[in-house]
Amino acid sequence: MTAAPANTPTRTPRIGANPRGVVLGTLAIGFGIPAVLFAAVLVLSPLSKPLMIDAFIRNVLGQDPATFGYRNLLYGLSVAILAFVLVNFGAIVSGMTVWWEMRVSSRMQSRVGYNRVGAGGFFQWVADAVKLLLKEDLIPADADQLLFRAAPYFVLTGFALTFVALPFGESLIAADLNVGIFYMIAVTALVVVGILLAGWSSNSKWALFGGMRSAAQVISYEIPAGIAIMVPVLMAGSLSMQEIIRQQGAWPWQWNLFTNPFALVAFVIFFVSQLAEGNRTPFDLPEAESELVAGYLSEYSSFRFAIYFLVEFGNLWVMAAVAVTLFFGGWQVPFAGPEVFAAAKGAGDLPGLAWWGLQILSMGVFAAKTLFVLNLIVWVRWTLPRIRVDQMMVLCWKYLVPFAFVAFVATLLWQILLAHVPGARTATGAVLVASTAVVAAFFIRQTRRNLVAMGDRVDLTNW
Amino acid sequence: MPNTTQRGYVGHIGDTVKSFWHGLSITASYLLRRPVTVQYPDRTPMPVRDMLPARYRGFLEVDASICTGCQACERACPIACIAIVLEKDPANPKLRAVSQFDIDEAKCMFCGLCVEPCPTGAIQHTREFEGSQRHVRNLVFRWADPMSPFPVYKVDKNAEYYPRAQLGSLVRAKFDAKPWDARGPKFLPPAPPAPPAPKPAPVAKPAVPAAEAPAQAAAATTPAESK
Repeated sequence: MTAAPANTPTRTPRIGANPRGVVLGTLAIGFGIPAVLFAAVLVLSPLSKPLMIDAFIRNVLGQDPATFGYRNLLYGLSVAILAFVLVNFGAIVSGMTVWWEMRVSSRMQSRVGYNRVGAGGFFQWVADAVKLLLKEDLIPADADQLLFRAAPYFVLTGFALTFVALPFGESLIAADLNVGIFYMIAVTALVVVGILLAGWSSNSKWALFGGMRSAAQVISYEIPAGIAIMVPVLMAGSLSMQEIIRQQGAWPWQWNLFTNPFALVAFVIFFVSQLAEGNRTPFDLPEAESELVAGYLSEYSSFRFAIYFLVEFGNLWVMAAVAVTLFFGGWQVPFAGPEVFAAAKGAGDLPGLAWWGLQILSMGVFAAKTLFVLNLIVWVRWTLPRIRVDQMMVLCWKYLVPFAFVAFVATLLWQILLAHVPGARTATGAVLVASTAVVAAFFIRQTRRNLVAMGDRVDLTNW
Repeated sequence: MPNTTQRGYVGHIGDTVKSFWHGLSITASYLLRRPVTVQYPDRTPMPVRDMLPARYRGFLEVDASICTGCQACERACPIACIAIVLEKDPANPKLRAVSQFDIDEAKCMFCGLCVEPCPTGAIQHTREFEGSQRHVRNLVFRWADPMSPFPVYKVDKNAEYYPRAQLGSLVRAKFDAKPWDARGPKFLPPAPPAPPAPKPAPVAKPAVPAAEAPAQAAAATTPAESK
């Protein structure tokens, strides 16, 4: 059909401009939903702690928490609400990541990408999800019905459980486990179970190959990842996510990444291993389209398929948040040490307003860093082609594992050195930050050259 | 050998770093550029039909005012998506009138064979191509009204050109008049005339009893009659 009259150049000043209402609606929902979710996490995660609920029972209900009959019910209720919010957060962030990744990737390929649903095609992820929910839930005739149905639950559980120990801010964490990072690794491994189940139960050669590759890959890469994670753990002397962040400072030269040259190596190893564990390109062998159709999810459709995708893209946030926790100083706000937080909290049961403000700040810092690392992951995906299976194994066992061990042992020695020469920490931080800045400058120059060599210029219009 | 292996090992790391360096800077540079693609439908600088080459073969269009009713296009169509029915013009018994001129654009394969034999250029390909319809039957274009058949065009031998409506305007008017989700016609347009009934078995054949031959002929003709 011919173009609608509203889109003819004579009526609107800019060709293809979205109507103002669509732009405003997209902006309102695009920023509103994350804002609501972040606000819910901000309010609920400190308030769902037992101490706060006890205070609520004592002061609002006028009962003694020790004898109050419904105390456990209140505990459970608050935890359930927080869990609901966190799972929703994961799902929504996953959807928005899909949209963002598709937009970024299309620009990297000189296309425009999603642009039909809402301004900038923002609601494409909603449309995709709704479409998948309306599809028939097919189970292949020869599949192992029970396992085929069960596999997505494992995957989703493994994903959702990571949010238990995932920090959002200074006091914003569902549960600050003292084995936080260990718990993270353990829970993420549950995803492999689901993928392996999916591959096996589909009774399809592609799915089986995908599942096997995924198992080989994820289990292999857990070794360098685990050893690389030991580096910041050694530097902090704790496995707790919040404690690891507390041991770092707010400024880049106080981050784990830069205070120890071996932590830089460990970060690279950790980053690569995370890509492999998340089945991201260049390690997307389990779902290599050119060989395996869609790998372990070849036979899936409808809601179960949607769950796999939700987890795959939701994992980006988890991966980025863990990397930020371990290496990038987490939620540390400049000029706001622990004593500032303690002073702002006040003596009462309910923290003061300044404390909430500080929490919002720390949450913003953490989210900004996480989004930065998330973009790094997206960027790498659309840069590198998929590697072969043997290359994947060689990279893991011959490069990452030995270097991870080197970084591990060297960090032990480094900590001994720091005990004798306390100034080395700051000096290394300054040197490494400066050299990173120099490398970044060279990188920007290289990028500019690539642009100019083609006779192009920086032009960010036409979104 | 160990020496080269060592060089290979370190070289691989160097290669990896280098490919990251160049790869990331290339993708970043493309991220910062303006995309080269033009976003169809509503960001194109002008309607796409005006950007297409002049000889683009889009939807067929018939200008009834210069159609001679010669049926050459119908005969040329390899997939029989054109159906033409001629009848006597009640106003002028010497002339014939076209009471049906249907083109099934859903079947049309845009080969252009119907355009070639047309003596006046009444049937032409346009550059219209956007014809999404919810009901496929809406893609049958009826260029003649069965209620008021149009008289065939008398070709003037000395004419240097035939006055044709602007190419594309007629088909566009048809699309504009019909929204994409318009209801389809309840009945399909009449099928093109059925091929002539198979000849009855030759009577001369001695093997066939004489009584069976008329029966066969009757059987062959009944389906055509029942239509």
